[in-house]
Amino acid sequence: MSATETQAGANSLRSGPDGRGRFGIFGGRFVAETLMPLLLELDAAYKAAQADPEFQRELDFYLKDYVGRPSPLWLARRMTEQLGGAKIYMKREELNHTGSHKLNNVMGQILLARRMGRTRIVAETGAGQHGVATATVCALFGMKCAIYMGATDVERQKPNVFRMRLLGAEVVPVTAGAGTLKDAMNEAMRDWVTNVHDTYFLVGTVAGPHPYPQMVRDFQAVIGVETKEQIMAAEGRLPDAIVAAIGGGSNAMGIFHPFLDDPEVKLIGVEAAGCGLDSGRTAASIERGRPGVLHGNRTYLLQDEDGQITEAHSISAGLDYPGVGPEHSWLSDIGRADYVGATDQEALDAFQLCTRTEGIIPALESAHAIAYAAKLAPTMGKDQIIVVNISGRGDKDIFTVAEHLGVKL
Amino acid sequence: MSRIARRFATLRAQGRGALIPYVEACDPDYDTSLAILRGMPAAGADLIEVGVPFSDPSADGPTIQKAALRGLKGGASMKRVLEMVRAFREGDDGTPIILMGYTNPIEAYGPERFCMDAKAAGVDGLIVVDMPPEEADLLAAPAAANGLDIIRLVAPTTPDARLPIVFNGASGFVYYVSITGVTGTRTASTDELAAALPRLRRATDLPIAIGFGIRTPERAANAVSVADAAVVASALLNTLEGTLDADGKATAKTVPAVLEQLRGLADAVHAVSKTASK
Repeated sequence: MSATETQAGANSLRSGPDGRGRFGIFGGRFVAETLMPLLLELDAAYKAAQADPEFQRELDFYLKDYVGRPSPLWLARRMTEQLGGAKIYMKREELNHTGSHKLNNVMGQILLARRMGRTRIVAETGAGQHGVATATVCALFGMKCAIYMGATDVERQKPNVFRMRLLGAEVVPVTAGAGTLKDAMNEAMRDWVTNVHDTYFLVGTVAGPHPYPQMVRDFQAVIGVETKEQIMAAEGRLPDAIVAAIGGGSNAMGIFHPFLDDPEVKLIGVEAAGCGLDSGRTAASIERGRPGVLHGNRTYLLQDEDGQITEAHSISAGLDYPGVGPEHSWLSDIGRADYVGATDQEALDAFQLCTRTEGIIPALESAHAIAYAAKLAPTMGKDQIIVVNISGRGDKDIFTVAEHLGVKL
Repeated sequence: MSRIARRFATLRAQGRGALIPYVEACDPDYDTSLAILRGMPAAGADLIEVGVPFSDPSADGPTIQKAALRGLKGGASMKRVLEMVRAFREGDDGTPIILMGYTNPIEAYGPERFCMDAKAAGVDGLIVVDMPPEEADLLAAPAAANGLDIIRLVAPTTPDARLPIVFNGASGFVYYVSITGVTGTRTASTDELAAALPRLRRATDLPIAIGFGIRTPERAANAVSVADAAVVASALLNTLEGTLDADGKATAKTVPAVLEQLRGLADAVHAVSKTASK
């Protein structure tokens, strides 16, 4: 098994970004000069690693024996029957070590950081899934690790905070702003700029300055590559739709990318609508944002008229971000992928639906994708196929869900 | 010749270095920040940086972060910032004003309209923290068309081979970020500065200002002993913060305390004779 995709042709939608790190008008490298030389170094190091078969061999080894890949593609029979429409398959990323798709990317980047001679890792985290994955590989390779996490998220994701600390990471609560992922990202960037001599910034999603959106996508594309092989083996054809949740958008980009040049496959990203797309309390950056520049890239952002970034809201800490990866912004603008919303309530309902019909407790992030798939499936024929990316498992969310269901744990 | 170039030419002729203080627009309210801005030239400011508040100042330390949030709370918008500069210009035609901020508020305003309106308000130069040379085309044409200087940042991490790229399209002066880090934290040592400056001088003829971590009159004097200007921001903002009441409102002490500290910094900077160092 290889995580490498086949080479994209000239007219391919998979050939981006361009030399400036742009997907159409999106992406780029909007960072302070102090960081610019580091991004250029990172870009060169990543290109060299990509061209080095030994790097790919090493990554494949860890993905197989440590992460536990390939992850299964599961036919969700009871959910399919209950919804009474298209056949639903689930890509089981929640079965990866550490319980989410995050480790795919983290494994790739930690190997790169080691090649670059860095000894200390900083990362931002929202729900804590990326933080746990990062702390895990730092334990595995004996590297120092600082995880920045919004104070609000530290509170609502206590199990993951404890996990990170058990793994030896320093978890730094960030009180600026609303104390969520955006603020953690700012603080991680400040740490990086202060400790450039030994520190590698391990970005967890397909956002940030070039080459991060490309690199994270490439490391996550293993999800889509496997899905393609597995659905061909199971059904002898490609699915009609692929549905994935979008915060920054790494699980979605990972499963979408290998299918970009297959126009018969509808790609649907589900943003967190929060209390509703027009409630003012949402995290739906593509549906309710405008293009702007934050955290090193141009992308759709929730912002006011003056260009000040507004706070996002979602029940899911992992989706609670006012931006989105630039490649998603581009895919939305060119119409190759559709972006829709699922509310907090819809995600909670889907969380329970998945748990009771399939015996799989999904992450609240993934529950947004399930929520939309549950709406979509009944409108499609029984001979049609939907693949839903179950990007993470929901153990971390049981406290939040219990609270919303009025249960005291 | 731009106001910035004129000011540096005058200072050079006088054998003096420049002090560039920073004031965050609308921190903690419009009138207070305008009063500080208006008082700065008489207190010894040679050029002035006006901070444009942004919700996510990822290159700034806690002091400027807090100032930016106070500014936003105090009603800052790009329109309001330009109004403030216009009000300042009514009484001062000589002191260059440089706006310092982040890309997104400029992009939201519209880069072309922004450059026109900034020039009309009396702005002379722009420092856009998160706009490296690789992204500079967003502003290059409209800034040039309106005669606004683009002040480039250069960092200790910038290798020699990259200096020509950084200085290509730079005008006014060059801003040397003297430490790897965020604003208002560590201070570069005199030795570090003395080592850094020659490599910059070899690559540019523009005046060089040193910023980040300059907190005291001594440090400011050290900076201008090797460079052409010293930028002081966080130290002044800390002073301002210390004068606010429990609700974060300005008090009678706010404006005088900031200007008094500025006077001390300016005296130290202006006591350095530059004729020997050139």
